Amino acid sequence: MNSSSPSSAASTRMVTLDVARFRPESEPAPSWQSYQVPVLEEWTVLDALNHVKDHIDGSLSYRWSCHMAVCGSCGMMVNGNPTLSCKSFLRELPDQIRIEPLANLKVIRDLVVEQNRLIDGMAAAKTWLIPREPPPADQAYRQTPAQLAQYRPLSMCINCMLCYAACPQVALNPGYLGPAALALAQRYNLDSRDAGAIERMQTTASDDGVWECTFIGECSEVCPKHVDPAGAIQQMKLASSLEWFKRRLGLGGDA
Amino acid sequence: MMRTIRADVVIIGAGGAGLRAAIAVAETDPSLRVALVSKVYPMRSHTVAAEGGAAGVTKSPDTLDAHFKDTVSGGDWLCDQDAVERFVEQAPKSLRQLEHWGCPWNRDDQGGVQVRSFGGMKHQRTWFAADKSGFHILHTLFQTSQQFPSIQRFDEVFALDLLVDHGVVGGVTALDIQSGEPMVFLGGSVIIASGGAGRVFPFTTNGAIKTGDGMAMAYRAGVPLKDIEFVQYHPTGLPGTGILITEGARGEGGLLYNKDGYRYLQDYNLGPPDPWPRPKAMELGPRDRLSQAFWHEQRRGRTIKGEFGDVVHLDIRHLGEQKINERLPMVRELARAYVGVDPVHAPIPVRPVVHYTMGGIDTDIDTRTALAGLFAAGECACVSINGANRLGSNSLTEILVFGEIAGLQAAAVASGGARIAEHRFGDQIAVSFERASAPVMRPPSAETIVGLRGELHELMEGAAGIYREDAPLQAACKSVAELRGRYQQLAIGDHSRVFNTQWFQALELGAMLDIGEAMVHAALNRRESRGAHQRLDFPERNDADFLHHSLLSYGGSKAPTFSTKPVTITRSKPAERVYGGAAT
Repeated sequence: MNSSSPSSAASTRMVTLDVARFRPESEPAPSWQSYQVPVLEEWTVLDALNHVKDHIDGSLSYRWSCHMAVCGSCGMMVNGNPTLSCKSFLRELPDQIRIEPLANLKVIRDLVVEQNRLIDGMAAAKTWLIPREPPPADQAYRQTPAQLAQYRPLSMCINCMLCYAACPQVALNPGYLGPAALALAQRYNLDSRDAGAIERMQTTASDDGVWECTFIGECSEVCPKHVDPAGAIQQMKLASSLEWFKRRLGLGGDA
Repeated sequence: MMRTIRADVVIIGAGGAGLRAAIAVAETDPSLRVALVSKVYPMRSHTVAAEGGAAGVTKSPDTLDAHFKDTVSGGDWLCDQDAVERFVEQAPKSLRQLEHWGCPWNRDDQGGVQVRSFGGMKHQRTWFAADKSGFHILHTLFQTSQQFPSIQRFDEVFALDLLVDHGVVGGVTALDIQSGEPMVFLGGSVIIASGGAGRVFPFTTNGAIKTGDGMAMAYRAGVPLKDIEFVQYHPTGLPGTGILITEGARGEGGLLYNKDGYRYLQDYNLGPPDPWPRPKAMELGPRDRLSQAFWHEQRRGRTIKGEFGDVVHLDIRHLGEQKINERLPMVRELARAYVGVDPVHAPIPVRPVVHYTMGGIDTDIDTRTALAGLFAAGECACVSINGANRLGSNSLTEILVFGEIAGLQAAAVASGGARIAEHRFGDQIAVSFERASAPVMRPPSAETIVGLRGELHELMEGAAGIYREDAPLQAACKSVAELRGRYQQLAIGDHSRVFNTQWFQALELGAMLDIGEAMVHAALNRRESRGAHQRLDFPERNDADFLHHSLLSYGGSKAPTFSTKPVTITRSKPAERVYGGAAT
């Protein structure tokens, strides 16, 4: 956050933030509230919200921390698009901006949504290393740069849940594991140190897993870290199909 | 309505140190119930923002002794050397353990783990995952922790006060942020792993959550804060936002220039400028020296004027686009987004920025505190391996090494000891919730969060920045006491219970005022210059009078009391810190 505040000079740009508020203790449903905010050229949507919080309306609630697009706290809908507000620059936005909580997720209050769906999905999909072999004593596993490159892009997920807000299946099926949890499962499936792919299929290839995905690809479009959940899910569908054929042919699969 | 959670080990903070501690408990004794309490979801913890890497000796010619010597001299001989010995010895094991859990460390062509150069380190020993090392460490730990059923997470639960009976800790009070519901966690031992307090200053790399709550909690309960005057300025933050540009940029070959295009560090006992890379020289000098050099350059009018303060230029263009993309992709992403500079084609404007609190909760080498059953690890703690100036890439290793030790120690206490009867905490629990509710219950006043916080920021930056001296520190001690008094009148407008962020900002401000007060008092008392604590009125290090740890004890509504504690010196006698050509 820039510590300086905009001056009151006539040239100061004024932006209108139309914010979807929801106060469950006093309102049955969300409502809109507008704030006029004097802004600096360098500011992000988050800076403008912080100005509101500090100087206009202290009751506005939202999450944020790092202000550098890595902690994943500050996702919200900005003019209808799932966005990290700390990386959404006002210079690229019109003077009137609509801000809503991330879509498809239950709203706790104002811009704060429930996040357990991702974390629970990760636990169900076993997004941790299931070792291929015990670790060598006093050494790291060997892993070549090429092997690292296989899974590294998928390891970049910051758990911001923008992909959940973009995915129509997340809205349609409350049990769907969701793009990020599946991408993280595939991150471990592709790790040369891991042998958990078959075990993970129990959930990732279940009714709430990869087959729910209709390959709209919006998840990959909105990802701020260029993770490609849609691509990962297609890989997982293929692997799951191969495994099914192997078992049908009595080949036992890759256990 | 109050919810009571009975656990064996209660851990406050779920960043790197807290998660590592939780896993250590779960692995050593799966029957112990771990309550992992954090005011944010684990992956939001500020470990996530660390970039450059984690130090641990891997191969010759590097040695544990070299890592020890670099750390002790880097800390200007204020480190406890027994703690540093344990740290450097355990470091490679801790980093390998993380590899075994899947951390995507960068690799060499043979499949081994790659290491890079870092400031103040004689050899390449910093393990890295591009320039997102903290991010990968945190997510690896979080994902690994999910497989242990004995670890129960309490995400978005704000810890308030320790419950203490006759010097023994038996739990902590808390508020569920999502519901506003009061909670009590009871356990045989408690670990604080809640991070640092960089937000006490206005211009910092630290995320919004780093308000020193855990430090202040221990401090209020009677545990002293140790060496809390030592605040690290990182030499390369982006102007305006304070976003960190990793030291890894210099570890890979980045150079610093003043407004004349001159590598000014050679004027500050860090040269000669060539050949590069020369360990412990020039851009690979320690952070305190580099930030101090900026201050002098600014005085001499040799920095570059910028809209958000003066800057110098960090140039990595000569690394080429391929290496920048491979080793420093986030530096490129951040510079392009936040200052509109593509470092492939132009130098990055940077200035010193508050980054790390070397001091913290006073612990011994086993992470024990003055209260039985209470442990602390990570940036909130002072064990102390960082002394007067932390070397870059030692802190990510520290959270692993001492997080694990804290977990094992706390597990041993929890499985052995008898529990304090719950009814003995009744009064403390009532007082704690009354204190926490006060900003919501009070009648309106003129005091505001933004007002008090702004005044605190101004006086901390003015009196306790890169260079300090007596008169401003005296004034700051007086002013922060007044702010603490006025804080007792603070009333907030939002009286709701569900996700009331204004309420938690008010509680965080209380912690920041306590920590800020301890910092200026400690800085006033240390009438010497050592590491990151530089006094214009006492420009030399003074081992005869000040080779000791500062201890600040909470004084309630009065000023903190000051005492000292000896530094543990095992095999490195205090000597002059030497950098530049003479160091190699």
